[in-house]
Amino acid sequence: MNVLLFTLLIWICSLGAGLLGSLTGLGGGVIIVPLLVLAFKVNIHYAAGASLISVIATSSGAAAAYVKEGYSNVRIGMFLEVATTLGALFGAYLVAKVSPSGIAIIFGLVLIFSAYLSLRKMPDIIDTRPPDRLAERLRLNGDYPTAKGLKKYTVRRVPIGFLVCNCAGILSGLLGIGSGALKVLGMDQAMEVPFKVSTATSNFMIGVTAAASAGIYFRRGYVDPALAMPVMLGVLFGAFIGARILPGATTKYLRVLFSATIVILGIEMLAKGLAGKL
Amino acid sequence: MAEARNQWNDERMDRIISVLLRTGVILSSIVVLIGGIWYLAESWRLAPDYHTFRGEPSNLNGLRGIAKGLFSWRGRNWIQFGLVMLVATPLARVAFSVFAFFKERDWLYVALTLLVLSVLMFSFIGR
Repeated sequence: MNVLLFTLLIWICSLGAGLLGSLTGLGGGVIIVPLLVLAFKVNIHYAAGASLISVIATSSGAAAAYVKEGYSNVRIGMFLEVATTLGALFGAYLVAKVSPSGIAIIFGLVLIFSAYLSLRKMPDIIDTRPPDRLAERLRLNGDYPTAKGLKKYTVRRVPIGFLVCNCAGILSGLLGIGSGALKVLGMDQAMEVPFKVSTATSNFMIGVTAAASAGIYFRRGYVDPALAMPVMLGVLFGAFIGARILPGATTKYLRVLFSATIVILGIEMLAKGLAGKL
Repeated sequence: MAEARNQWNDERMDRIISVLLRTGVILSSIVVLIGGIWYLAESWRLAPDYHTFRGEPSNLNGLRGIAKGLFSWRGRNWIQFGLVMLVATPLARVAFSVFAFFKERDWLYVALTLLVLSVLMFSFIGR
């Protein structure tokens, strides 16, 4: 196989990943690394570097749209970015300390867990309790557009959300993923932020989180331009197409299918890591 | 009155951030695409080899190296420059937020945003 064919194949696969990731709302980044490692025999460090770049591209592209619609909460995002960027810095340093097999094992577990997260139900909580003092002091409460006009929400359990986002940052830096699922978990489960606001804000945070690891990734040579190029352009183009067709698409079966794919890839990564074949 | 002014500022801030992010992604994609075509024209016949990790040569890592690498006039270096532009996009967004929170006189968030900005800077220039 020559470079031209290799690049084209990776571009097409990344396009598919970006498309599915955007249609299901799970993000394409999470399957890029296993795809490159398992199907193209790419070293896990280069794979993580290319994936991290694609995560920044799609997150910034999507955030541009979300911010305009008024779902994302800039203050929640900025406050939690303190947690995610510090975590991401630490995670990126950890890459050199953990063996490739170790990274594969963690990756496998994260994949299986995020598939589980994507299938859970998320009822919006109706809240009558008095507001949380810390959330008030940090001015995290806000409102978001619904069918019946602007709806207010109050944020709770800020420290737990902060901690969860810190872990999300570490995993993002260690694995080269956006770890959006975990950020959403921290916001909508721990902090009781409405699901739509959580996903939009998480998208907003992913790019900044990934940028915090990217500097270290560049300096350590994890980002290979020739590999990152087709991955970034493919995922971005796929996500763009996905965003265009999203309003009419039935995503329920697609979501189940994509989650099943993620579980299978997770088991494969786990098996590779445990066998020490990386 | 104060509330209304903040509202207006928040909305305006969102709009500028949206334009900023979109511009960064589009510009960097164009540079990466041009660099990519250039790279493929140079090296399409070679055999790809990403199985073992060797790191990257000094003209492809670190800001100074990448900036110098541009003048070697090779596709790979220009892709890398485009990728750095992409990574700089969220960084610019955070830098702009410092300014926006400053305009709103929200000192707590000026401090938090500066903290995030310094973490990002550290990632690029720290040891």
